[in-house]
Amino acid sequence: MTEHDNPYDLLAEDQDGGHRWAFGTGFTDPLAGIDTSVPPGVDGAALARYCLALGDDALIYSHRLQEWLTRMPELEEETAIANIALDLLGQARMLLARAGGILGQSEDQLAFFRSESEFRNVRLAEHADRDFAELVGRLLIFSSWRLALFGLLSSAQDPVLAAIAAKGTNELAYHRDYAAQWVIRLGDGTELSHARMQAALDALWPLTAELFLPDGDELASVDRGSVDTVLDIVLAAAGLARPGGATLGAVSGRTGRDGVHTEAMGYILAELQSVARAHPDATW
Amino acid sequence: MVTGFPADAGASAAADESLDTSEGLGADGQDAAYAAAAGTPDPELPMLTIADLGILRSVDVGAEGVVVTITPTYSGCPAMREIGADVRRRLVAAGFDRITVKTQLAPPWSTDWITDGGRRKLAEAGIAPPSPAPRRSGPVPVKLSTVPADSPRCPRCGSASTRETARFSATACKSLHRCEACGEPFEAVKAL
Repeated sequence: MTEHDNPYDLLAEDQDGGHRWAFGTGFTDPLAGIDTSVPPGVDGAALARYCLALGDDALIYSHRLQEWLTRMPELEEETAIANIALDLLGQARMLLARAGGILGQSEDQLAFFRSESEFRNVRLAEHADRDFAELVGRLLIFSSWRLALFGLLSSAQDPVLAAIAAKGTNELAYHRDYAAQWVIRLGDGTELSHARMQAALDALWPLTAELFLPDGDELASVDRGSVDTVLDIVLAAAGLARPGGATLGAVSGRTGRDGVHTEAMGYILAELQSVARAHPDATW
Repeated sequence: MVTGFPADAGASAAADESLDTSEGLGADGQDAAYAAAAGTPDPELPMLTIADLGILRSVDVGAEGVVVTITPTYSGCPAMREIGADVRRRLVAAGFDRITVKTQLAPPWSTDWITDGGRRKLAEAGIAPPSPAPRRSGPVPVKLSTVPADSPRCPRCGSASTRETARFSATACKSLHRCEACGEPFEAVKAL
């Protein structure tokens, strides 16, 4: 057992160097002690832009998932979504720290002090789920794509990105399984749950094309067919149809990866950034 | 250098020379530093030490003081900074003053790093220890069954007849179950 029976004592106790838990301890760098030099042959600027994009996907999506807390249908699902959001926040911190180390900015500067047009996340990440079916449908699509991508990035030339991706693979597989099982339950459930699950997929589908758009900084690209194969297995078990039809287009050739976002994004950033911007010198 | 796990052995050879310059403490200092760091309890599973849990990768006493390397269980593990501060405090109490706590991401932690002693302590605390982690190469097959194939045994009565009630429990690393034989709910560390 720890020396502290009351955890609140520990929060206010002076750690070495005058740090207190309640005000941050200084052990804040998620990549502390890791060799973050950019290996020869790797384009540092492109690596930073790519890590930023993948970090933004996780940060914004994690925020959207956190919004569900206290609103989930059951306590068990609440803890599931909280844990999934936490995994993604952890991935976001490491990826933003990797990008920030190259760009000369901290993860906090990148998360809290960039404007909307500087965020590089795909628009699927910022979508506001209108019901539980959209929540699990979006999680299935996002985690299937990201799992395939992280599988490829586990052998990336940059050892830090490769380690972050390898670390995240198990987590994403678990997220995908959680989502798949709910999609099957709802799709193969009642007439109403089936109809709402199908409607959720139909509503989300236009946002999926952006996941597979070629991007100049991409260090690995996921073949759409490989992700659709996974989705088809789940949808077949659920008795659901894979939607087709029009996809959300680019605006003057620009997408989320270029900083063009949907209306939802401004509301996310207002909530995410307002405290940090109101107290720019605070540490936590 | 004392490694937390045999898999780390490959990285240890180069650091061994530093033992001679270990603040004049020699092998005793190394052993004392390792014991202090390894005995740090995990904040979320306090019945286990970080060595039991397999997240302590190495302890080196050298010219630059004590360097402790730990690895996160999950990317978002919120306990990392608390573990780092606990390790630091225990080393200060053991008489060391220059302490660096480093993070290591690769190879990634899995539940296979939990030691046999750690598994025993989990079971004694009423938490089912994990089965071997899935070995993965290439694409990860999606699990469709809403009934998990590998139910853990009840840590209270030993029955294999258990049911998963939630895939996530109070912490990311555990799931929630109920024993059909004795009726008790219990947590299990997920094999990951």
